[in-house]
Amino acid sequence: MEESSSSDTLTEEPPAEEAEEAAAESVEPEESAPDEAPAEEEPVEEEPAEEAAAPAPAGETLVQAEGLAKHYGPIRAVDGISFNVRRGEVLGFLGPNGAGKTTAMRLITGFLEPDAGRVEVAGHDLACESLQARQKIGYLPENAPAYGEMTVTGFLEFIAEARAIDDIPGAIARVVARTGLTKVQHQTIETLSKGFKRRVGLAQALIHDPEVLILDEPTDGLDPNQKALVQELLSDLAAEKCIIVSTHILDEVERICNRAMIISQGRILVDSTPQDLIALAPNHNVIRLTLHEDDPTLAARIEAEPWCARVETYSASTIDVHPEGGENHLMKLLDLVKELPIQDVRLQEGRLEDLFRKITEGVSA
Amino acid sequence: MSRFTTGRFTGLRAIFKREFKGYFASPLGYIFIVIFLVASGWLTLSRDFGRFLELRQASLDSFFTYIPWLFVVLVPAVAMRLWAEERKTGTVELLFTLPVTLEASYLGKFLAGWCFLIFSLLLSAPLALQVARLGDPDWGVIFTGYLGCALLAASYLSIGMLFSAITKNQVVAFILGTTATVAFLIVGLPQSLETIGKRLGGYAEQLFGALSVSDHFDTLTRGLLELGTLTFFIVFTLGWLVCGMVALDRTKAS
Repeated sequence: MEESSSSDTLTEEPPAEEAEEAAAESVEPEESAPDEAPAEEEPVEEEPAEEAAAPAPAGETLVQAEGLAKHYGPIRAVDGISFNVRRGEVLGFLGPNGAGKTTAMRLITGFLEPDAGRVEVAGHDLACESLQARQKIGYLPENAPAYGEMTVTGFLEFIAEARAIDDIPGAIARVVARTGLTKVQHQTIETLSKGFKRRVGLAQALIHDPEVLILDEPTDGLDPNQKALVQELLSDLAAEKCIIVSTHILDEVERICNRAMIISQGRILVDSTPQDLIALAPNHNVIRLTLHEDDPTLAARIEAEPWCARVETYSASTIDVHPEGGENHLMKLLDLVKELPIQDVRLQEGRLEDLFRKITEGVSA
Repeated sequence: MSRFTTGRFTGLRAIFKREFKGYFASPLGYIFIVIFLVASGWLTLSRDFGRFLELRQASLDSFFTYIPWLFVVLVPAVAMRLWAEERKTGTVELLFTLPVTLEASYLGKFLAGWCFLIFSLLLSAPLALQVARLGDPDWGVIFTGYLGCALLAASYLSIGMLFSAITKNQVVAFILGTTATVAFLIVGLPQSLETIGKRLGGYAEQLFGALSVSDHFDTLTRGLLELGTLTFFIVFTLGWLVCGMVALDRTKAS
């Protein structure tokens, strides 16, 4: 068992500033843009993401899924998805409830057998080398199930033994310290709070220092401090592993993921970086301009500019300027209105939530 | 870093250890042992059932006679939680994403449950020692009697595990397990075989007699260690175990 690169540990009540700093650091986007990221808002819905749309490689491919499909009767839980995930990538699975995220994760971890397609984990085909592939994966299932009657240490011992780890006490000591379980390690799991139970789930997923980490909603139901701690831990692990996280929390994707996939009805709708997704959001780079005085002709004058897609008027003195292609044209607008009595100018950043709703509602409809 | 090797039974040891320790980590195991010892002791000594003291024989016949009836309730109670609980709490997903095979998981749980039942049986040893103090028992018969109890426990446990694998509800698993074990027990009773013989003919009577758990169990408690009897229990148990594994493979993710 190798020592992880960071010695940071989860503690019960960390200073909020530290957590924020760690989270801010983790936001560092990959500089590489997706090769074929949709340039406009509308086509995003039409183009299921291809492998080529993924960000540039960060390391060797550790998870390779090809044409994965799983049907439950007439329901297509996963409908022929393909993607690769490389070392150093933190991939966020986004999607509404029932989109197929959990089923996709269960296919990748080998819990379910696909009706079609194949999965390769760290060079091992799940169909023929299932045990070797599973040995490379650390998995936190949804709701972090664990044997409630066992103590934290007893449970981790069982996992370590099932994974045939040589130095079981050493592995447990490391993972308990890293996930902040030291104080409760002799308690039975059923007596722990939800936050601690989730950490126990994380600890069992990390105990064998896996190359591939698959976490199904790791921060679901945690309080903001606990969420920040888990996000910090994942950020620490990001460089050395391939991490796949499913979540409903879009803010979390911006914080910890360097790649995001939106899944709906079992299909991948978008595969890009969170930053590029934000640029595709409906209100990205919209400028709200408010004047001290009414100017009934202002909207028409701005709308005539080639960089302006449209103008929404709220009142005679307040307008929203939607730029062409979602680009930032603040300076051009300021140049145009510099003679006017400006009261306020605000440049809006797109919200992932808006894009998510737009894409997934479109599919549902 | 790791002594990980792959094989059909990879992970069996870890599963067995966890399960066996689990019986003593909760009140369930202790409650089972107390109920078993009290019930078996009462049935053995009761004037209405075993009549151990009245018979004045240096044997454990009074004890062995009621074990099959005690086990139809107690063994499905042990078996009912083995898979139903895993599926209900979601730990089955954790288990089957560890590098352990389905066979190892299934057999690990079975062997742990069986060892626990054998351990409970051995706690009745003071009764045998008391018999030895009072008379001169045939230790061979006592040995084959205990062997019969252990094999009976294995066969009942394998039946109960199948029903635990096909439902998430422990109560349903218990009822189905008890019903099935009772069916395999009463089909071999002389009254049942006589009825079957009259209605379906002599071949049917022989067939049901051969499939009867009670008939083979009686053979062992009489002190007869026959290859056919041992083969019956082994094949019977393995058959249910294989059916259970197939069922679990289909239902584990449902």
